[in-house]
Amino acid sequence: MRHLLTTRGLDRDAAIGILDVAEDMADVSTREVKKLPALRGKTVVNLFYEDSTRTRISFEAAAKRLSADVINFSAKGSSVSKGESLKDTAQTLAAMGADAVVMRHPASGAPHTLAGSGWIDAGIVNAGDGTHEHPTQALLDAFTMRKRRHGEASRGRGLDGLRVTIVGDVLHSRVARSNVWLLNTLGAEVTLVAPPTLLPVDLTGWPATIGYDLDAAVDEKPDVMMMLRIQQERMHAAFFPNAREYTRRWGLSQERLGRLGTGNIVMHPGPMNRGLEISAAAADSPSSTVREQVASGVSVRMAVLYLLLSGDREAN
Amino acid sequence: MRETKTLITAATLPDGTRADILICGDTIEQVGAGLSADGARTIDADGLIALPGLVDLHTHLREPGYEQSETVLTGTQAAAAGGFTAVFAMANTSPVADTAGVVEQELSLGESAGYATVQPIGAVTVGLAGERLAELGAMAASRARVRVFSDDGHCVSDPLLMRRALEYVKAFDGVIAQHAQEPRLTEGAQMNEGALSGRLGLAGWPAVAEESIIARDVLLAEHVGSRLHVCHVSTAGSVDVIRWAKARGIPVTAEVTPHHLLLTEDLVAGYDARYKVNPPLRRAEDVEALRDALADGTIDIVATDHAPHPVEAKDCEWDAAANGMVGLESALSIVHAAVVETGRLGWADVARVMSATPARIGQLSGHGTPIEPGQPAELTLYDPAARHAFGRADLKGMGVNSPYLGMDLPGRVVATIHRGYPTMLDGTVRDAAEIAAFTATTTKEAVNG
Repeated sequence: MRHLLTTRGLDRDAAIGILDVAEDMADVSTREVKKLPALRGKTVVNLFYEDSTRTRISFEAAAKRLSADVINFSAKGSSVSKGESLKDTAQTLAAMGADAVVMRHPASGAPHTLAGSGWIDAGIVNAGDGTHEHPTQALLDAFTMRKRRHGEASRGRGLDGLRVTIVGDVLHSRVARSNVWLLNTLGAEVTLVAPPTLLPVDLTGWPATIGYDLDAAVDEKPDVMMMLRIQQERMHAAFFPNAREYTRRWGLSQERLGRLGTGNIVMHPGPMNRGLEISAAAADSPSSTVREQVASGVSVRMAVLYLLLSGDREAN
Repeated sequence: MRETKTLITAATLPDGTRADILICGDTIEQVGAGLSADGARTIDADGLIALPGLVDLHTHLREPGYEQSETVLTGTQAAAAGGFTAVFAMANTSPVADTAGVVEQELSLGESAGYATVQPIGAVTVGLAGERLAELGAMAASRARVRVFSDDGHCVSDPLLMRRALEYVKAFDGVIAQHAQEPRLTEGAQMNEGALSGRLGLAGWPAVAEESIIARDVLLAEHVGSRLHVCHVSTAGSVDVIRWAKARGIPVTAEVTPHHLLLTEDLVAGYDARYKVNPPLRRAEDVEALRDALADGTIDIVATDHAPHPVEAKDCEWDAAANGMVGLESALSIVHAAVVETGRLGWADVARVMSATPARIGQLSGHGTPIEPGQPAELTLYDPAARHAFGRADLKGMGVNSPYLGMDLPGRVVATIHRGYPTMLDGTVRDAAEIAAFTATTTKEAVNG
């Protein structure tokens, strides 16, 4: 693997391959010494143009467990406001000998631009770009679903026939996009439920069923209910009247949780707005995988870094 | 006074007939067969099409204020390279062209460069801020004789201000050239809104944001009995609105850019900022509708929206990149590829949409006139049989932000003749000092005479 920029276009074998390596990595995390020498001497740069402590420390933990050297580069603000261009930053990192750059950026496509620029030869991992994709989040979600579904027998399997409903701000969600593509590749059936204002205006080509009614979606008793975070800045931009109405219509309340029945999984990429898109009852229920998702995140990111940096790098 | 003579032999005129063209000074003296070449510079135009010098109603020359992107000199060199003999300079300079002083400065810069007639466009509102009318009358009465007013880059979105502007310029037969973009519907917009923008996670620029403003403006123009010009029409829906307005007798004219006639939004998928432009590249259906509209006269003209930017403004992530493409050097080849090769326009139509009508809309005398004895010697010679990979060497302005680099394009501008003098010959833009010296001589003669 040369870069990981999107889940769209990632083929099924490659996706399952990453998840299987992540299984091995998860085993490492249960040992007393949670460390492998695989990436000794490699340098991984976490290049974060947005605050995201959760994602950054997850990548940092992953790189360190593989014995890579980690440099955290927080370049908050866009190139325009900050004064240094992405190009100059990239060339600086290249000169320092970065082997991989894990990049979080507010502009959709920025990791794509970096990977194709010729400014830097390092492998690029997209850690979330604008409202485009967040491939490692989707991989860790898939890993978590597979684990719940198949347990110890997960290796080599996809998510065939799994019915996944994703609820919330799809329009602005890179998590939703990456999940839609990856889940489809792995054989799951995806339903998107949101206020019409928070769905892209044209969903042609999205392998998903679209709905506006959470109660109808709950009554379908999907295997997985994934709640997306509502960003504060959406509150006052006429996407919906107010938080109360959003919660009433699209929040996973205790009552809706009860109707889902047992055996269902409730997921959230975090950080959660308790009481808004997800009730405390749902967040803390046995169905919730929120903490498993965090643990899976480290394993999946270890797998991605390992596949990116170990052995011979593929030619560009 | 020494009159330079130039004889162009065996050119194909826009109507398809072949003729020699004899230029004396800055005037076409004779058009016909077997003209004498005595003492004249001769240009062999066998196989070349002679067009009236191209006129661009929509050029960003960047000077004053953004000389790192383009200057009047370099921008008009790009114009000469593309076969243009006149360009209308948009008002979004720094300072903004919203006073008589700035438009007169632009006019002077154009005169001393000498490559093309530079006709300044005045801003509609002070500082393009959309709040108060600029001194439209003063700009109209200035030496720059401004007749076209535009806040291009910004929409005059306030309906009352737009109404007043349309009404006010009637006093000097001006026209408002509207950049139709409803600002609230396009906050943060990055590309055409549709299936692709949803997938790429780029904020959408919906077609309705253009169409709703055009619909409002044609109705305003009808109500107050004023002329309206619509800049860079980009959607099939806009074409429908303009077609309706024209059928109703509303005095509206419209332009389309070469890039909206050829390129589609699919190019955005690789996040290459060279394809970032405002209005954005649209769907293939829109491109088809724009071609049809240019062919049936719903859209009157092609205008380049030549928008040079320094390299760093494009060599970055998509959101941070500037909007715009350079277009002067490539315009005729793109029109050739988009509407001539596809059988929609003949060369006489090209002369109309790229020279005669833009000059008429902008009320620019001495340009866009037919190739006939007694008319100004503003000419372009074009080789329609040529074909080559468009490259950096074809760009003669400062901007290299062309979406066509590496594309195989038809045709080649062989010569551009402005005021009887070749500003570009055999693909080489003439030396600036030479052009300036020529300009100085003729200007002096004009003053003396």
